Amino acid sequence: MPLLEIKNLHARVAAPGGREILKGVDLTIDKGQVHAIMGKNGSGKSTLAQVLMGRETYEVTDGQVLYKGRDLLELSAEERAREGIFLAFQYPVEIPGVSTSYFLKAAVNAIRKHRNEPELDAMDFLKLVKEKMKLLKMDQSFMNRAVNEGFSGGEKKRNEIFQMAVINPTLALMDETDSGLDIDALKVVANGANSLRTPDRAILIVTHYQRLLNYIEPDCVHVMMDGRIVKSGGKELAVQLEERGYDWVEKEIAQLAL
Amino acid sequence: MTRLLDDRRSMLGNFTDSALRAPASAIPWLQRLRRDALERFQAAGFPTTRDEEWRLTNVAPIARTAFDPAPAQMPPVAGELAGEFSFGADAAAEIVLVNGRFAPQLSRTGELPAGVRVASLAEAMQESPELVERHLGRYVDLSRHPFAALNTAHLHDGAFIHVPRGAQVRRPIHVLCVSVPGERPTAAYPRVLAVFGETAQATLVESYVGAGKAMYFTGAVTEIIAEAGAHIDHCKLQQSSLEAWHIAAMQVQLARGATFISHSATLGGRLTRNDLDVILDGEGADATLNGLVIIGGEQHVDNHTLLKHEKPNCPSHELYKHVLDGRSSAVFKGKIFVQKGAQKTDSKQTSKSLLLSDEATMNSQPALEIYADDVKCTHGSTTGPVDEEQVFYLRSRGVSLEAARHLLTYAFAADITRRIRVEPVRRRLEDFMAAQHGLPQDLRITDLGAHDEKAR
Repeated sequence: MPLLEIKNLHARVAAPGGREILKGVDLTIDKGQVHAIMGKNGSGKSTLAQVLMGRETYEVTDGQVLYKGRDLLELSAEERAREGIFLAFQYPVEIPGVSTSYFLKAAVNAIRKHRNEPELDAMDFLKLVKEKMKLLKMDQSFMNRAVNEGFSGGEKKRNEIFQMAVINPTLALMDETDSGLDIDALKVVANGANSLRTPDRAILIVTHYQRLLNYIEPDCVHVMMDGRIVKSGGKELAVQLEERGYDWVEKEIAQLAL
Repeated sequence: MTRLLDDRRSMLGNFTDSALRAPASAIPWLQRLRRDALERFQAAGFPTTRDEEWRLTNVAPIARTAFDPAPAQMPPVAGELAGEFSFGADAAAEIVLVNGRFAPQLSRTGELPAGVRVASLAEAMQESPELVERHLGRYVDLSRHPFAALNTAHLHDGAFIHVPRGAQVRRPIHVLCVSVPGERPTAAYPRVLAVFGETAQATLVESYVGAGKAMYFTGAVTEIIAEAGAHIDHCKLQQSSLEAWHIAAMQVQLARGATFISHSATLGGRLTRNDLDVILDGEGADATLNGLVIIGGEQHVDNHTLLKHEKPNCPSHELYKHVLDGRSSAVFKGKIFVQKGAQKTDSKQTSKSLLLSDEATMNSQPALEIYADDVKCTHGSTTGPVDEEQVFYLRSRGVSLEAARHLLTYAFAADITRRIRVEPVRRRLEDFMAAQHGLPQDLRITDLGAHDEKAR
């Protein structure tokens, strides 16, 4: 059984007359795999990540998503999170007044409670967090700062991957994590993501550029265009896209349509 | 039952009678002060919603109610209520006013540093007549504050605080105003006069409390005088009954280099109006006015503040936050006045409101009046529901929708409470919010972590 199976997924902006953005996405991800979805701005790749996380600003109008064989679309965002899905945000949100420490502890314990595991006490939590901070090369003072408040773009992205490492999801969705990162930060972030590469987990990377894929090698690369996945291949496809851009794929698709 | 008085004259008459019946004073200047105030109140009458300053706060229900004067005998339940809100050993001194009258058996005024005086106002008028006469009723502009005129017309007692030059009082001085009406609605007119000498340092807390759904009116006046270099931390906690009317005027006079930090929290009351006038009347005086309003149901709160910059080089900061649920409504009107010649004034005003229900309403209006040309004055205001981006972010990490909303509301208010340096006040506010939002006991302001914006 695949970990994630997306069949003919259609979604539109949840507003009267809302524009259709996903126009029939098909995608299957097995455990242990890393998939990358590449595409131009506006192709719908970030929308796909948000719809998978349960964002209510989008409305699914057709199609099906199975996660571990279960209907994912029936679950609320928090239920999806507790079932092991994690979204590393393209634009992480600032939450003034809530410390990273409290935020992360609340998240970890909400998930543990759902799995009937005992909640972590302050000591155990600190131990877990310290280990992951080391992995992401983060300073301890970070935990006492309000979530993302006053963080630089790079710090925010690093914080996403740090949370991901602490929460340890089954399916990690990384939305444009590489944007705004310098090369050193990119390596650190990739290192964090690679630590999640185990036979029972999977990662879906949404990105515009191939850069990040040099450090997190994907098993499959997909090209998204106008709300559909139009081409799939191995990691060499990412290199091709980087060298030649997206236009040749567009032409190829146009020719196929003739 | 509430007796309603419809005729405007009889409405005024009712309040005039009560002023005339208030315990008389043998002190000539006080008699004069009272008489002038009464005349002024009679001439002006109650403000109406046609009056610009009262446009959004309708006091007609107060004017129409025939209040009983506060009973001379102290009701036994007052002691219980005072006990519940007492700071105990956390306070350096605690002065309790029951229905506006000094309650010696509930007050504790001993063991203060040399020269520091915490007493009933009536007592102070006997002991330090010159000091009281010099300040009492000398600063509040009765033409702008009709309810302050009404209070002054009833003036015979209250709380008096004097921290002389150079003295320091580390623990807070607590003025606890307890309202316990009889069978009919009761009116009380608490009065506080606090005088701080040069470089004196002290913390003054005023609490206004009442039980359950008791119906009563509080018309309070507080006057604070800070001489050069004095440093005053002030808190006002209003946790009246949900049927009470609370109208208060506070007047603060700051001399050269004096610092005044105020935190006002309004949680109770059916209708609340606070007028806070701060006069920066000496170079380098520094005022911080922060406010927190947490209301729901049918509650209405109107905060009017005035920062009057009379002299150069004075900074002032103001941050008011409102959490509005149910059908509640709030008004914030913050005026910054900069006198000609008050150069290098640096004033920043912010009002932020969180609407937890579609039926709650907020009205926020800044008012700047500037007659100097080298000043920095800014204001900003935001009003809206809980941020959906923040909610989704929390949910995407496994936190439930409800818990996310509660946490974000708590964090919004905690932005004010964490600035409060008076431990018993902060604790009370935290407990109130945690209980209201079903948040875990271990969630304390310290857990909310450092907020990088400079806490003032």
